[in-house]
Amino acid sequence: MSAIHTLTMPKWGLSMKEGKVNGWLKDVGSEIAVGDEIVEVESEKIAGAVEASVTGVLRRQLAGVEDVLPVGSLIGIVADADVSDAEIDAAVEAFNASFVPPSDDDEDEGPATQTIDIGGRRIRYLKRGDGGEPMMLIHGFGGDLNNWLFNHEVLAGDRSVYALDLPGHGESAKDVGDGSLATLADAVLGLMDSQGLDTVHLVGHSMGGAVSLLIADRAPERVNSLTLIASAGLGEEINGDYLDGFVAAKDRRALKPLLTQLFSDESLVTRQLVDDMLKYKRLEGVDAALASIARAAFKDGKQQSVLRGAIERLGKPVLVIWGGNDRIIPSSHVPASGGLVQTQVLADQGHMVQMEAGNEVNRLIERFLS
Amino acid sequence: MARKITYQQAINEALDQEMSRDPSVIVMGEDNAGGAGSPGEEDAWGGVLGVTKGLFHKHPGRVLDTPISESGFIGAAIGAACNGMRPVAELMFVDFMGVCFDQIFNQAAKFKYMFGGKAETPVVIRTMYGAGFRAAAQHSQCLYSLFTHIPGLKVVVPSNPYDAKGLLIQSIRDNDPVIFMEHKVLYTMEGDVPEESYAIPFGEASLLREGDDVTIVAFGRMVNFASEAAAAAQKKGVHCEVIDPRTTSPLDEDTILESVEKTGRLVVVDESNPRCSMASDIAGLVARKAFGALKAPIEQVTAPHTPVPFSDALEDIYVPSAADIEAAIMRVKEYR
Repeated sequence: MSAIHTLTMPKWGLSMKEGKVNGWLKDVGSEIAVGDEIVEVESEKIAGAVEASVTGVLRRQLAGVEDVLPVGSLIGIVADADVSDAEIDAAVEAFNASFVPPSDDDEDEGPATQTIDIGGRRIRYLKRGDGGEPMMLIHGFGGDLNNWLFNHEVLAGDRSVYALDLPGHGESAKDVGDGSLATLADAVLGLMDSQGLDTVHLVGHSMGGAVSLLIADRAPERVNSLTLIASAGLGEEINGDYLDGFVAAKDRRALKPLLTQLFSDESLVTRQLVDDMLKYKRLEGVDAALASIARAAFKDGKQQSVLRGAIERLGKPVLVIWGGNDRIIPSSHVPASGGLVQTQVLADQGHMVQMEAGNEVNRLIERFLS
Repeated sequence: MARKITYQQAINEALDQEMSRDPSVIVMGEDNAGGAGSPGEEDAWGGVLGVTKGLFHKHPGRVLDTPISESGFIGAAIGAACNGMRPVAELMFVDFMGVCFDQIFNQAAKFKYMFGGKAETPVVIRTMYGAGFRAAAQHSQCLYSLFTHIPGLKVVVPSNPYDAKGLLIQSIRDNDPVIFMEHKVLYTMEGDVPEESYAIPFGEASLLREGDDVTIVAFGRMVNFASEAAAAAQKKGVHCEVIDPRTTSPLDEDTILESVEKTGRLVVVDESNPRCSMASDIAGLVARKAFGALKAPIEQVTAPHTPVPFSDALEDIYVPSAADIEAAIMRVKEYR
């Protein structure tokens, strides 16, 4: 008997409890290849596509457009064409008979964020997966570990993957010292020390890319590879108006038009996304932390640390991924490919390319590391 | 770190953090410590429902029990505010506010204006309001519209634990008199609240849900019923936008008007009696400034024009419900 593969409501980020089906991207009966996007799902925070991990035929769509279902619910079936309808019906029935939706009390289910003291600062991090060559995900300016919600779990399939909140960000301490990239890099190296990670694959987005480049320069022996996504540190230009506006924005009306510049599909900037960002920005110390980092790293709308040379000095594999329509850091900063350096510009994508094109970015990173 | 705490704990935490940050912040009211000055436990009560419990020993000398004389201690708080303190006075039930109206309406609200902007009165008056607590007509009213009517007062109506903490911190830091309205039924409501301090600015509405069909503006406890009703309407294919203004004064008019410009339909939900209420205020605002956008008459979901009944059965009917709101949503949606 050929296998019957279930398609379930994904869990994007620790807080996702249920998701809404926005629309089917494949019809019943369509041939499905690995990586095909089958259905678009929306959580409270963001929308994304569920893609196939197997080949086969989409045999059932078990959720209608606008249906809101708990994480883990069965939404579709992929199976070979020769699997009988009766077998599929039986599989659906068996799944639903044993499926228990997660309750509100299941807070301790699955991975949870942890905090640790690094050099007198509280640092929050999330570890997923085990073994393999460990990976470290470093978010950008104003971001946090949730920026990796479409990537973290997938990349942790065969290795341990850590994502942290940099100082001044997320739920880490809001003291950023001098606000320099070096201070942020110290926090990453401190976390690596605390976890006994001698070497890691560094994956940095935006400012997190500049932090990765700095670590590569300061401690090359601890870096196995670099993945730089819409990275800072590769040229002087940066959208200074965005940075100034973001630091100054106090309410939804000011913040929303700024956040839309991060995405190519502006409808991804949901009410919840803006609200979460405002909640972060209101925390005591965040204003000062962001202003301090912006002053140190992006003074007068210019990147203060250009670390292009770090790529060559490192002498290890480097992958550079960019959105072709990045409105924060121009894709012209993508270095020349060749030798140990691979580059990929995803046309039509914006600055948050690891979120908007999560599946594709995950594939690029996995291929790069294999 | 965000974790779940109750509305009541969020208020206590805001007071605690502001008292730690600023030595001029003091707390006063009937039984705010409880039993101070008499033999026995000094921190016996923490206010009638225990909101200030624990602060007495953490902040020695700064949690004051007052006589059962609202006009006396509200006056004292306002006087202290004029002299450099930041008092947070707890007036047990808003229903008792009547005996100190002169202190609030005629004194605190007027000082800045009458002294040419040179006087500040950074007092916060915390008070419980609202029906649903089986507390009868004199302990259940929903009176934020009375204070909203008076220029010089700021009026805060938090609907959840996160807002309660951030708005109370803002209230304490604000240099004008603030009436902080706590719905007693919400005290046990749990929600995610960061451990860190944070302030939510006044006059910035919270948007709880986005939708193109109907705008719902709701206050305090009614915000939660409005969200419930909007979720039910969504299942019928009606997409509602739910707006919680959070403060009735100042009022975030822009968020309301922008939403009605988009949806063309408005339901206002207010637990108060309907006459001269926030419901009529918002309806008037939209009728004046967004008339051209309206596709249906504005619906108001309010309590009836009667005192709050003591009978359980009648009180349950008196308080607007999610079903009442859903019915109003469908009326404006189906209006032709």
